[in-house]
Order: sequence, then C-alpha cells, then structure tokens
Amino acid sequence: MTRLLASFRIALRALMVNKMRSALTMLGIIIGVGAVIAMVAVGSGAKQRIADQIASMGSNMLIVLSGSSTSGGLRFGTGTVPTLKVDDAKAILAEIPSVKYVAPSIGGVAQIVFGNQNWSTIVNGTTPEILEIRDWPLASGRPFTQQDVDGATKVCLLGKTVVENLFGGIDPIGQIIRIKKVPFTVVGVLASKGQSTYGQDQDDTIMVPLTTAQKRLFGMQFPGMVRVIAVQARSLEVMSEAENQITELLRQRHRIPPGQDNDFSVRNLTEIASSAEQSAQVMSLLLGAIASISLIVGGIGIMNIMLVSVTERTREIGIRIAVGAKGRDILFQFLIESLVLSLIGGTMGIGIGILGTLVLSEFTEWPILFSIQAILLAFLFSGSVGVFFGFYPARKASMLNPIEALRYE
Amino acid sequence: MRVNKMDPLIQVHDLVKIYSLGEVEVHALRGVSLSIDRGEFVAIMGASGSGKSTFMNILGFLDQPTSGQYLLEGINGENLSRDELAEIRNRKIGFVFQGFNLLSRTAAIENVELPLIYAGASASKRRERAQKALAAVGLKGREYHQPNQLSGGEQQRVAIARALVNEPSILLADEPTGNLDTKTSEEIMKIFQRLNQEMSITIIMITHESDIASFGKRVILFRDGQVLHDRMNLTTTVFMKPGENA
Repeated sequence: MTRLLASFRIALRALMVNKMRSALTMLGIIIGVGAVIAMVAVGSGAKQRIADQIASMGSNMLIVLSGSSTSGGLRFGTGTVPTLKVDDAKAILAEIPSVKYVAPSIGGVAQIVFGNQNWSTIVNGTTPEILEIRDWPLASGRPFTQQDVDGATKVCLLGKTVVENLFGGIDPIGQIIRIKKVPFTVVGVLASKGQSTYGQDQDDTIMVPLTTAQKRLFGMQFPGMVRVIAVQARSLEVMSEAENQITELLRQRHRIPPGQDNDFSVRNLTEIASSAEQSAQVMSLLLGAIASISLIVGGIGIMNIMLVSVTERTREIGIRIAVGAKGRDILFQFLIESLVLSLIGGTMGIGIGILGTLVLSEFTEWPILFSIQAILLAFLFSGSVGVFFGFYPARKASMLNPIEALRYE
Repeated sequence: MRVNKMDPLIQVHDLVKIYSLGEVEVHALRGVSLSIDRGEFVAIMGASGSGKSTFMNILGFLDQPTSGQYLLEGINGENLSRDELAEIRNRKIGFVFQGFNLLSRTAAIENVELPLIYAGASASKRRERAQKALAAVGLKGREYHQPNQLSGGEQQRVAIARALVNEPSILLADEPTGNLDTKTSEEIMKIFQRLNQEMSITIIMITHESDIASFGKRVILFRDGQVLHDRMNLTTTVFMKPGENA
C-alpha cells in the first residue's frame, strides 16, 4: 500500500515535470471524450425527438388516401380528387376485424376570422374517432360527438397555433369564429403536439364534424366523398395484415378489375416513422463510433508519449531497479502515469463535451439529451484507454535490464 | 537463513561469464575464486576490459554468472527471479556509481529515500533515516537541494547516503571518483575510510587509479578475466588532519 502510494506520487511528479507535454497528451483524450459526449448527446436528442413525434402521430396508424383517378383521359394525382366514400370507411370498420377505429375526413385550407383577427389554416372535417386514432387529448372544452356529426352542427376544435393567432389572451371556448364566412362555435382546444416527423406544425389545424365540412365548407363538388380515411389497427403486429385487407376490400368496393391501378393508396405511417427512428439510431451510432475513433487516437497519443518517456527515463528506471524496485513497482509507476493522464483528460473532456454541446444546441437549436450512462461510460472508457495504451510502455520499462539501463546515455 | 558468522561474507568460486555479441563470444571472466570478509575495504583494479565491472555486476546481483558460484551471506542468486534479486539488492547492497546516478529534479533527501520506498518503509521512517544518512556523509542542511544545485563531490555524497540508508551488507562502488577532481576524490575516499573504520561497513571499490586504490586495505588486480594478484595493502594511505605530521 505504501509502495502504491509512493508510485502514485512519483507518477504525479513526473507529469508535473513535463507540464506542456502532459497537457498536450491530455488534449487528445479531452477531445476524444468531449466528442463522444457531444455526439451521443446530439444523437440521442435526435432519437428522442423522433420518438416523441411518432408518439404524437398516433399509434398503429394507417392512412387511406384518395387515389389518382382518370377523368376523360386526364389523370389526377393522389388525393387531388376524392375517390373514397364515407361508406368505405364504415365498411372497413365493419368487415376488417383487425381495425379498431376509422375516421374519414375531408379538409382544405380556409380563411378563419375572429373579431378583427384572421388566419389561414387547414380545416379538417372528420369524426370523433380521429382523437382516439391520433391519441390527441383536449387542452380544454369538449370534443364534438357523433350527434354533432349526425346533425352537422357548426362546432369546431382549435389547434394551439390557431388559438394563439386568433385569440391572444381570450378564452376561445364558446366564442364564434367564421370559417369561409360560416359561423362555428368553438367547443374545445386541442392539446399541443408540436412538429410532425416532417417538420409540419401539427397544432395549426381546426377540426369540425365531417358532415358540416361536407355540407358547408368543402363537399359541394363531390357530395358524400372524403379525401382521407385514418385507420387505427388493433396492434402493431396486425398492421400489414390490415393494410392488405383494406386494399382488397376497397378494390372490391370500387370495382377495380385485376391489373388496373388502385384509385386510392394505403400508407403505413408507423412504418415510415419507425424507419426514421432507425435512421436516427444509425446516425447516433455512427456519430458515437466516429467520436470513439478520436478517443482511440488520443489513446495512441498517450502510448506514444509514454514510450518516449520510458526511453528518456531509461537511466532513471535503471537506478530504480538497481536500488531494489521490482518489476511491478516500475509497471505501476508508468501505468499510473498514463492512467492519471487519461482520467484527468477524461474528466476535463466530460466538462468540455457538456459545455460544447450546450453551446452547439444554443446556436443550432438541435435537441440534445445527456445521459449519465453515456458520461460514465466515456469516463470509464478513457480510463481503460489509459491502461490499455499505457500497458505496453510500462511493461517495456519494467523489463529493462538494469546494467544496460544504467549505461544508457 | 542459516548464516554462520564465521563464514566469509562473500564467497566466489570459479566464476565464469561469457557474453555472446552476435557470433563473437567474449570471455569477461575466466574462473575467478576469492572470498571477502566482513569489514574489509577492497579495491579492485584492472585495465578496461579486464572483467572488473562484470565481476562487480555479479557481486551486486545485477547480472548472473555463466557458471561458477557466488554466495553473499550464504545466499545463492543462481535460481532467483528478477524480483527476488531486486529484493536482495534492496536489502543487502548499496551502489555508488561513477556518474552519481541521482534522479534529476529530485531533492537530495528524496534520492536517499529511494531504496526505502521499495523496501516498503513508511513516509515518516523514510524521512528520518534519510536525514540520518545525509548527516553521516556531512550533508546536513542540504537535504532539499536538487542534484543540479550540488557540486560533484556533494552529489557523490548523496549517492553514498542513498547506498547506506537501508543498512546494506556491502557497499559496491564502481569508479566512485572517476568524475571528480583529485581534491574531491580524496574527500570521498576519506568518507569511505571513516565508514569502513568507524561503522565497519564492508566496501568493495573498483578503480583504475592506483593512488585511489591505495586507500583500500586489500587490492585485487584483474587482468583478462582472471585475478592477477590479491594482496593486503600494507601502505594504506591514511588521511592526515591539517596540521598533523606523518
């Protein structure tokens, strides 16, 4: 124990003697650990954001879009002309057991007026199930109900962004707004969901009962038609099954002969989102790997300096061995030296990594996420880098022949 | 350990050392036999290449003979590991080198403490014994000077203090005055004589200067790896205090 303590003091002294060299060697580890911390924080921040967005989109969601249709030789793109009927939505719910909820909807951009304020946003006519499918709670008020849909009442739910732009500080519940000059009573405010996976503001929206939208706002051209049917499957496992069954059912109902293109399309949003999550995961790993390489390069720097140090101090090692230092005394002395270098470097690297990441996120507004595990891991990793890269030089020192070492100039 | 006080301190029998430098074999020692008793002050002389340094390295357990036997207080280093040899060096042998071999940028007292660190002594005990050893070589008050702040003679005295601090059985000095001027050399020899006479420390010293060798009580001359002659020095140089007459 006394000997170990003495080795520790000898090592610290040796590092103090070559301050500049020790600092530069540490710099390699500082940069390495700092980079690992920063990259992992940025990577897990991005991953976390995507995970939040997936959660905000609603779980197990399929979207059926009105498809390209052909009218007098002109082909229209997906969603431009409604080809889905409300009855299609009902049939999907009734006939496919793996489907839990459906919400047909029709919508478009409309001008909204409240008092002397106005705003342009997406108005969606839909059914109450949409709130279940998208897992979208209300911040205040009540949702509209099936009765509102049946009676085509002029009520609406506002997204957060719309409330902020139209109402300022006023409580919107019970107020009357005009959508395309039609008066609607605000019955509820949707909770905030933030940006979607594609960077769209999900709170910049208004929901009204489907029937009201059809009759009053958008439906005049195509009565009884909808652009989109949102579908929630019962579980993640049955999603592709549901996707196939919906496609089959709609082809039947739309009387599409085999070999002809669908006039609708089914999209699995969860799948898209989870592939986005996967790519974030890959990015996170990649960033971590690149940063680890710089840590390893830092470790090689330690090894390099320790080898130089052993050569330079050959005579000192010879003296120590001659007066009775055992192999492990010399081994520990140099191992402790490289361990101290790498651990001090690691500690400073953690500080600089955290600081750098905070500055980075300040300027770029990237989401960041620090994890204690990643920081501990970086610290332990820097320690093992010190032991790993310090071992060879230390062993070399401990094996020196004292006679030759004493003769070394 | 079975140490018979009547046995000689050092027993060497037919010591042979052969170095192979590539294809050439160098016979550094060609069968050396001698014994040294406790309290002797032996000067080993010889031209360079005579094998005296090789002999010293073997006596100091820094090197192993190719054949033959070497016993120090009955201990045979033949089959001992590196670490066991290190322990013997630590406890039984004090080295003084031609080039002083002090640790640079390290205070004198810490240089002296070095063998005690590897002996596992506590910090307070180390300090106490190192102070005593430095006082014994006349360096009281210079404990915290670094080697570059000391003269050659003072540095060699620090080295002597380091060699003595763990109370070894023998003190091995390899050309201890080789880097010193005549006056300082005599000072170092005076210290050796005093240590030998007053504290009955066994000293074995290599030198190629006959006037330095004349301080020893016994002079052994090496030539071509063999002992040429080994005789008591009847005209040992004894230092005169200033003003004294012979």
